[in-house]
Amino acid sequence: MDQLKNINTKYSRLTGSQIVVQALKDHGVDTVFGYPGGAVLPIYDEIFQQNEIRHFLVRHEQGAVHAAEGYARSTGKPGVVLVTSGPGATNSVTGLTDAIMDSIPLVVISGQVPTFMIGNDAFQEADTVGITRPCTKHNWLVKETDALGQVFHEAFHVAMHGRPGPVLIDIPKDVQFATGSYVPLKFATESKYNPRTEGDMEEIAFLVSLMESAERPIFYTGGGVINSGTKASQTLLELVDETGFPVTSTLMGLGAYPASGKNWLGMLGMHGTYEANIAMYECDLMINVGARFDDRITGRVSDFSPGSTKAHIDIDRSSINKVIPTEIPIVGDAGIVLKQILDLWRSKGKKTNAHEVDKWWRKIEHWKTKDCLCYENSDTKIKPQYAIQRLEELTRGYDRFIITDVGQHQMWAAQFMKMEEPNRWMTSGGLGTMGYGLPASVGVQVAHPDSLVINVSGDAGWLMNMQEMGTAVQYRLPIKQFIVNNKRLGMVRQWQQILHGERYSHSWSEALPDFVKLAEAFGCKGIVVTNPSDIDAAIQEMIAFDGPVIVDCQVVEHENCFPMIPSGEPHNKMIFEEDIQANEEQLVGKAGSVLV
Amino acid sequence: MNSLKLKDGVSRKSAYDLRNPTEDIHEVHTLTVLVDNEAGVLARVIGLFSGRGYNIESLTVSEIDHQGKLSRITVMTKGKPSVIEQIKAQLERLVPVYEVHDLTTEGPSVQRELALLKVKGEGNHRVEALRLGDIFRARVVDTTLDSFIFEITGPTDKIDKFASLMEPLGLVEIARTGVVGISREEH
Repeated sequence: MDQLKNINTKYSRLTGSQIVVQALKDHGVDTVFGYPGGAVLPIYDEIFQQNEIRHFLVRHEQGAVHAAEGYARSTGKPGVVLVTSGPGATNSVTGLTDAIMDSIPLVVISGQVPTFMIGNDAFQEADTVGITRPCTKHNWLVKETDALGQVFHEAFHVAMHGRPGPVLIDIPKDVQFATGSYVPLKFATESKYNPRTEGDMEEIAFLVSLMESAERPIFYTGGGVINSGTKASQTLLELVDETGFPVTSTLMGLGAYPASGKNWLGMLGMHGTYEANIAMYECDLMINVGARFDDRITGRVSDFSPGSTKAHIDIDRSSINKVIPTEIPIVGDAGIVLKQILDLWRSKGKKTNAHEVDKWWRKIEHWKTKDCLCYENSDTKIKPQYAIQRLEELTRGYDRFIITDVGQHQMWAAQFMKMEEPNRWMTSGGLGTMGYGLPASVGVQVAHPDSLVINVSGDAGWLMNMQEMGTAVQYRLPIKQFIVNNKRLGMVRQWQQILHGERYSHSWSEALPDFVKLAEAFGCKGIVVTNPSDIDAAIQEMIAFDGPVIVDCQVVEHENCFPMIPSGEPHNKMIFEEDIQANEEQLVGKAGSVLV
Repeated sequence: MNSLKLKDGVSRKSAYDLRNPTEDIHEVHTLTVLVDNEAGVLARVIGLFSGRGYNIESLTVSEIDHQGKLSRITVMTKGKPSVIEQIKAQLERLVPVYEVHDLTTEGPSVQRELALLKVKGEGNHRVEALRLGDIFRARVVDTTLDSFIFEITGPTDKIDKFASLMEPLGLVEIARTGVVGISREEH
């Protein structure tokens, strides 16, 4: 602080709330999602008096954080949220946890009671930094106005560098009112937080030598490729196409390699494709790029890909050897390491064990003939898979962004929607937050006002944050809410069928609202569709309408999402529709039944 | 079938080369963590241990550089080798953490603990307590007519031993700092 005082003349004297707004501008922020309250009134007053930053008033702070996540994921920029103290801050906790699980960069600003009242159980006081410590990458309680500018610079740096994540800045109200010196971004103290981004060349050389001799290689890519920026996806595409190796991806990584690419095996994991999972089981060289061996991916860890040598590229060293021991650990940014691999492999003459890789592909082609995503269609009732397939067909040519909620529809969307580019698929992966989809679609539409933004949702999850329809209508955001309505908590019900003897404890939605009337009440358009022959018209009507739309797509109630790796089973023990019909006994073992 | 496969669980560079990570051996490690001395930094470290289910055997923390606002945390933890590796990686991930060193694996180190023991007794017990204190090079820092307070420093096992000897002689209270440690290597 002494240093600051001496050079005061160089910097502007501003109030804390002016510093907040100035720092946001310095970091190129033009969009903030938030909700006002007593402890942030000075900041809202500053926002009122300027035009560069647009503030979007949400209907609930959780919605603000998910909207910022959608904004961040679809633009590659950090999402910014402004909430008040106490309940404002606690309502943001689910969103923060979602963002830290999925590595989404956010800067959340929360108001706090004045410094002299902290600890006195003041009105709307909560220990915000204490509560959010485990669900942020870092957080700060700023007690001096002079420190505020530097904290903002550090906050944006931390959110965006290394493995991205949410940060929170808690600002007491007296600090917002007081005057202090603002250190502009160009004079900011350099951050000491600088995780390494380049991979170890020795490890990379070893990996490249294995790539040259591997008989059954596979790329297993994750959200890290998307977080690394569009260039990383481009490098991945070049590396996959030039080596001719197959590629599969996690839920978070969809779009990094185009679904129309010839080496694409589809998503892997619990509801991934048969060919992707069997290939993971049978491979001899697994190259994990920016994924983290999540339990939805690995199934039973002790039987995970037993015959393979595994390379793991991750910017977060703690992800390496956390779940699956790795022979080739490479700490670094996915995009940079992919480029290092590509350059070295090219300079060594682009060698692969082409003959064996060819045989490997023939095996994979054989697994593909299983046609694992097929389902029995119906001409009287809408099958959820059919609805999503039609949505895919009819929106494919558009400049579109797909958001999902959490549950069966999410898995069907991951299976049937074809992502061709990164940053166009927004979903809650790690935390599995029902209620994510609608607010996230608000954030995506704010960032891309002219694009077709579709939230594929379930009826139950959609209701969890349905208040955000008000935000969409207020700001004329033409988001399309495609509700796959089975009047059930579909995934819960599916597990109860498989695991709990078809005792459907509290997994149905009694007293669902009339979604068309609900849409009208919000001041937007509602469409209901119950017949398979009407679905194309409904989707076309949804696309054509210039404004927010809620589509109530009423589907078969008891449809299961297949294929499925039951909990506690390895990749080669996938089950299909016919298994569940043939096998009345429990499909999940005792050890598996305790798993989530 | 397995041309590329290294031995199970083997990483070419790590200590995994020497042992089977699936083996259920719990090891005690002393980690020293250099951190920014900022509000909440200890809570971050402790929260990491409790949140992820790691053990803390002992923990000491104090500022070591007032100007640079740095503190050193020494934490003794117990777990499988793979868990110890994970703890170190998780600690390094925290934003205010600069360095994490594992004194148990990174060459020779000095590890010391300080303890204060209140021993109450009369007659022979009192004499014997003094004699043993002498042998352990414990200092008497306070005395009444029927009690002593000993101050002792040393490795954990020495303090354990001294405490167990004092027990039959009237040990009534003990306070320990937990381990602090430093590497013997030159920087």
